[in-house]
Amino acid sequence: MKNSALRAALAGLFAATTLAAAPAFAEKTKFEFWYGNTGDIGERVQEACKKFNDSQADFEIVCTSQNGYDTTLQNTIAAYRAKKQPAITQIYDAGTLDMMLSKAFVPAKKLMADNGYKIDWDNYFPGIANYYATGSGELLSFPFNSSTAVIYYNMSAFEKAGVTGKPQTWEEVAEAAKKLKAAGYECPMAFNFDTWPLMEQFSAIHDQPIATEGNGYKGLNAELVVNKTKFIDELKFFKKMQDEKLFVVKTKQLGMDIVPAFTSQTCQIMMSSIADHGTVGKTLPEGVKWDVAMLPVFKGTERKKSLVGGASLWVMAGRPEAEYKGAAAFLNFIAQPDMVQWWSTVTGYIPVTKTGFESMKKNGFYDKAPYKGREIAIESLTLTQPTDTTRGIRLGNFTQIRKEVTSALEAIYMQNADIQSSIDQAVERSNQGLRRFEKTYAGEKLN
Amino acid sequence: MEKRSVFKSTWLPILFAAPQLLLILLFFYWPVTAVLNWAFTLEPPFGGAAEFVGLDNFKEVFNDQLYWHSVMISIIFAICGPLTAIFIGLVLALAVDRELPGSGFFRFLYILPFAVAGPAGGMAFRFILSPERGLAAMLNEIQPDLWNPAKYGSHALAFVIIIFIWKWAGYTFIFLLAGLQSVPRSLIEAAAMDGSGPIRRAIDIQVPLLAPTLFFLLVTMMTEGFVGSDTFGMVHATTRGGPNHATELMVYRIVDEAFQGLNYSGASAQSLVLIGLIMIFTFIQFRFVERRVHYK
Repeated sequence: MKNSALRAALAGLFAATTLAAAPAFAEKTKFEFWYGNTGDIGERVQEACKKFNDSQADFEIVCTSQNGYDTTLQNTIAAYRAKKQPAITQIYDAGTLDMMLSKAFVPAKKLMADNGYKIDWDNYFPGIANYYATGSGELLSFPFNSSTAVIYYNMSAFEKAGVTGKPQTWEEVAEAAKKLKAAGYECPMAFNFDTWPLMEQFSAIHDQPIATEGNGYKGLNAELVVNKTKFIDELKFFKKMQDEKLFVVKTKQLGMDIVPAFTSQTCQIMMSSIADHGTVGKTLPEGVKWDVAMLPVFKGTERKKSLVGGASLWVMAGRPEAEYKGAAAFLNFIAQPDMVQWWSTVTGYIPVTKTGFESMKKNGFYDKAPYKGREIAIESLTLTQPTDTTRGIRLGNFTQIRKEVTSALEAIYMQNADIQSSIDQAVERSNQGLRRFEKTYAGEKLN
Repeated sequence: MEKRSVFKSTWLPILFAAPQLLLILLFFYWPVTAVLNWAFTLEPPFGGAAEFVGLDNFKEVFNDQLYWHSVMISIIFAICGPLTAIFIGLVLALAVDRELPGSGFFRFLYILPFAVAGPAGGMAFRFILSPERGLAAMLNEIQPDLWNPAKYGSHALAFVIIIFIWKWAGYTFIFLLAGLQSVPRSLIEAAAMDGSGPIRRAIDIQVPLLAPTLFFLLVTMMTEGFVGSDTFGMVHATTRGGPNHATELMVYRIVDEAFQGLNYSGASAQSLVLIGLIMIFTFIQFRFVERRVHYK
């Protein structure tokens, strides 16, 4: 309600300024961009929009936050059904398949070719782009804010407890946790029930499938298989660690989520997105040494690349031709190396193109604090060539699948439920959802 | 038979009723037809051809054990929450109605929670009642896990019911206070002269005379408990349906499935079931409770 009133007021304001400016300038083509980020990052998106508007005189982008990734998808759907969709919309990883099957978008490649931009599509890191590309590798949307999960260590606490170096395997993490505990730290490692690091990233780096059909890339008939993979071993390991009070559950419902638990030094280790790198650096008191590392693997595992998270930009179908020129100009603008570096600096998201990353490396961006360590994310994402298990996840109803697994994790770690049967149940329920999704899109093929 | 005067013209009354009819058509019947349509098809989120599947969506809903669990906790929620809210509102209204010093201030204070949106109230309570921090953490210092809505489903359900009561007690208070003020003073004064104390007077005179208001609140509060948008907001801001599905109220499931899961058809089928359930409850209320309510 408030939002729409605000938007109306803003629209009025824009109309007024355009009218006032009309005699001086030629008519600008206006188009809309909806995004889901809020808070600090939301303001950065606004800043990017302003930079674009100031950089040229032909187009004006109007950027509106929809207050969350999920609401952006919902609002985009509602707007599309009412034929009032924005030209560009930001859709999170879990909504990718819904967009792909919607036929409601203009593919990235076509948009840029139609509007005379020559884009070197191979410039995108394949480890990132493949999440948003068809099975045959054609990019449909523009990777925008990308991240991956890493593990955060409080190195000052490690020093006090006599832990040397950054643990690379779960066995080493367990060792470190034991030493921290012995040194009097109540909560060596914090974890919550977010499936993104626990199930999705873990499966990728351990080369374990999440679903059949190449994690869903090859067809809508995919079935979830996490109840038969090393994921179960991981959960058993976490359970053991929890019983020894080395890993501690920290959730919003308990009063403190993992990131505040880490930044308040309540807990000394956590797994989280590289996008939190900025927040963690800003929130931890001066003088506390901390560092990030690639997510741990079990000893003896040949590590694979991790999965990209975040969101990409989709250009919606059914807008006037002139708006597409503007949309193409904007997407080209934010892909320029200086914009890429600015965006990565102020947010903590990673650069999505090779040239962007190279130029940042050359400028010495990653050499010193507070940005040192962020290159770990790129390293983690580009470690190996994308394969069936590490390319991404293309499952319908994925938000609900995440929820089913989260509920199972709650049962396991809060209510002491049996690991295997809880995950079996979550998988069974998820598969029912997948079958319904398949039926909803009967006759559609993934290409 | 009573003599009635009838207006001959047919189009004029319809014209007068038209704006209202249009609104009902637009905001009630039209959405309901869409929901009916979706409940029997598989609706793709972005629109397009939807396949007719008959009763499949309903079968899927009814075969889901968690759905029946959800129905059960919704009924518990929609009985405990409203009854307690009305009871607290009644006690507060009776107290304020006595016009003791400071009652104006308290009247303002009691209405205040109603002005707070459900999600905001939920957020505040999440801090107040979180088991490891906040006020409730003190309980757990006496004995671990004395209060832990993140662990026990029953605590979590109690948690959302508490927020519901906190918010709606203010609302029931407004109605009951207004009702009390229409109770003739002479009756109460006469009873007082006969030597009955405030509690006796409340039970024998004020509450019976408030019956129509209480009945109205019972019906509206229960409906609110089942389908209120604030009920969704409260769950969403606190437990998110957890731990392990323990607080997945029907209305929370519907919104979550429709807008998070983009399963419009399944959510539509559940909506129809919920509408049916509310109809049954309202019928029971009118059939059995209203008989005992005297309006005059």
